[in-house]
Amino acid sequence: MDATQKHEALPDPAAERREGMRLLARATLAELAGAWEAITDSPDVAPVRGPETGLVMVRGRIGGGGDAFNLGEATVSRATVRLASGEIGHGQMLGTDKERARFAAIFDALFQTERHRPAVEALHRLIAARIEAEDRRKAEETAATRVDFFTMVRGDD
Amino acid sequence: MYVAVKGGEAAIANAHRLLADRRRGDRSLPSITIEQVVEQLGLAVDRVMAEASLYDPALAALAVRQARGDMIEAIFILRAYRTTLPRFGYSEPVDTATMKVERRVSATYKDLPGGQLLGPTFDYTHRLLDPSLIADEAVAEPAAKEPGEHVMRVSDILDGEGLIEGDGRMPEGHVMGDLTREPMEFPMARDLRLQALARGDEGFLLALAYSTQRGYGRTHPFVGEVRIGEVEVELDLPELGFAVSLGLIRVTECQMVNQFKGSAKQPPQFTRGYGLVFGQSERKAMSMSLVDRALRTDEFSEDIVAPAQDQEFVISHADNVQATGFVEHLKLPHYVDFQAELDLVRRMRREYEAARAGGEDGMKEAAE
Repeated sequence: MDATQKHEALPDPAAERREGMRLLARATLAELAGAWEAITDSPDVAPVRGPETGLVMVRGRIGGGGDAFNLGEATVSRATVRLASGEIGHGQMLGTDKERARFAAIFDALFQTERHRPAVEALHRLIAARIEAEDRRKAEETAATRVDFFTMVRGDD
Repeated sequence: MYVAVKGGEAAIANAHRLLADRRRGDRSLPSITIEQVVEQLGLAVDRVMAEASLYDPALAALAVRQARGDMIEAIFILRAYRTTLPRFGYSEPVDTATMKVERRVSATYKDLPGGQLLGPTFDYTHRLLDPSLIADEAVAEPAAKEPGEHVMRVSDILDGEGLIEGDGRMPEGHVMGDLTREPMEFPMARDLRLQALARGDEGFLLALAYSTQRGYGRTHPFVGEVRIGEVEVELDLPELGFAVSLGLIRVTECQMVNQFKGSAKQPPQFTRGYGLVFGQSERKAMSMSLVDRALRTDEFSEDIVAPAQDQEFVISHADNVQATGFVEHLKLPHYVDFQAELDLVRRMRREYEAARAGGEDGMKEAAE
């Protein structure tokens, strides 16, 4: 698929930022607000766009891997911010929570600063650990419902 | 002559006030929360999202509550809401092969990579009412086991032998259609039909799917696999030049495997029908895949002999928001129309009576 190829070809900084944005899209408001409060020398943040809520048309593929078709829409909230030091950050995620989108944009911008990058990376790790634990639990629960077939062997006498 | 009629404002206001009261019900009971609807009536929420064609569990739950549990009303409300929002763009196509699978069963292979994963299913329950739910007894935590290997797609197994047609391809140069942007036209291409089916009424598609099984456009189906789980939604950000994840949505996918077709150019192979639906709904995904296959008559040079094969019939009547709008509009004032009909039938009756009085010949004429 072209999307995958595009991602593989990304230079490392872009790939890291992309992975950070993936995690921020799934962050809870508590995680984001907590990390923001923990930053003592937070820079001034100016809104560039939003936060705003709109729609993204979600596409599927015919047969799972064929040509694309439109499956239906999903609500998406997004924001773009600029730090006083100039960095631009984008936040976007499913749902209508504009506050989370604004926070995600701020952390995307902070990720690009030398000063605040470690704090953002710590937030990334926090979100990643939670997601991993949730995914692990769900996978284990599903695995417990796997059917173990056994064959009835006819008695040989 | 046009006669303007006014009135009813006070009655309408009081009717809506009464609706709000009945919706709330007995005030001595706690009000149901959106979170409770999402958590405990999740499949109702899923159906509303699928047929409203808008993925947002919280808003769908609000619609269910606002509609007092009337699903089509809830779907209508959510469908109407989406028209108030701007469109940011189109996502990258979701990749169901990398789904975080919560359920996957195949009726064609017993032992397959990833196994038969039953997940949270109603299958094999006895469908007996459970009084323990009335008492709200404690519910056990789910069992857990070490996860197994990657859940391979069944169509890939058959594809390895070349015994099944590939994932669907549209003709060269085809531009993907979008029902929300262009009016419906027939014949309709498969991508648009799938979009229409994905938001189609579950009951209507179920009935059509059932009709194909009973012989009205038989397709000899097997469930290659049904899988339910979360997939990542990615949106390309032009500002950055790459696609970013927006999070996960839960979908249900059905790969229906149908009896073979071959031609002078192509050896016999299994054909396919495809179903993909927002949320957890394998009844809908299976119905969709059966109807998708039935509608592919032009690709396989099949005669259209049954309703499920007639795309104009199926697609034009699958949308329950449209259907309910047109059926339910009949209860709105038609006073003037009806007055005209009443005048007409009175005149016909007078002529009929006059003719009858005039003798048998005249009566025969009137009957004609």
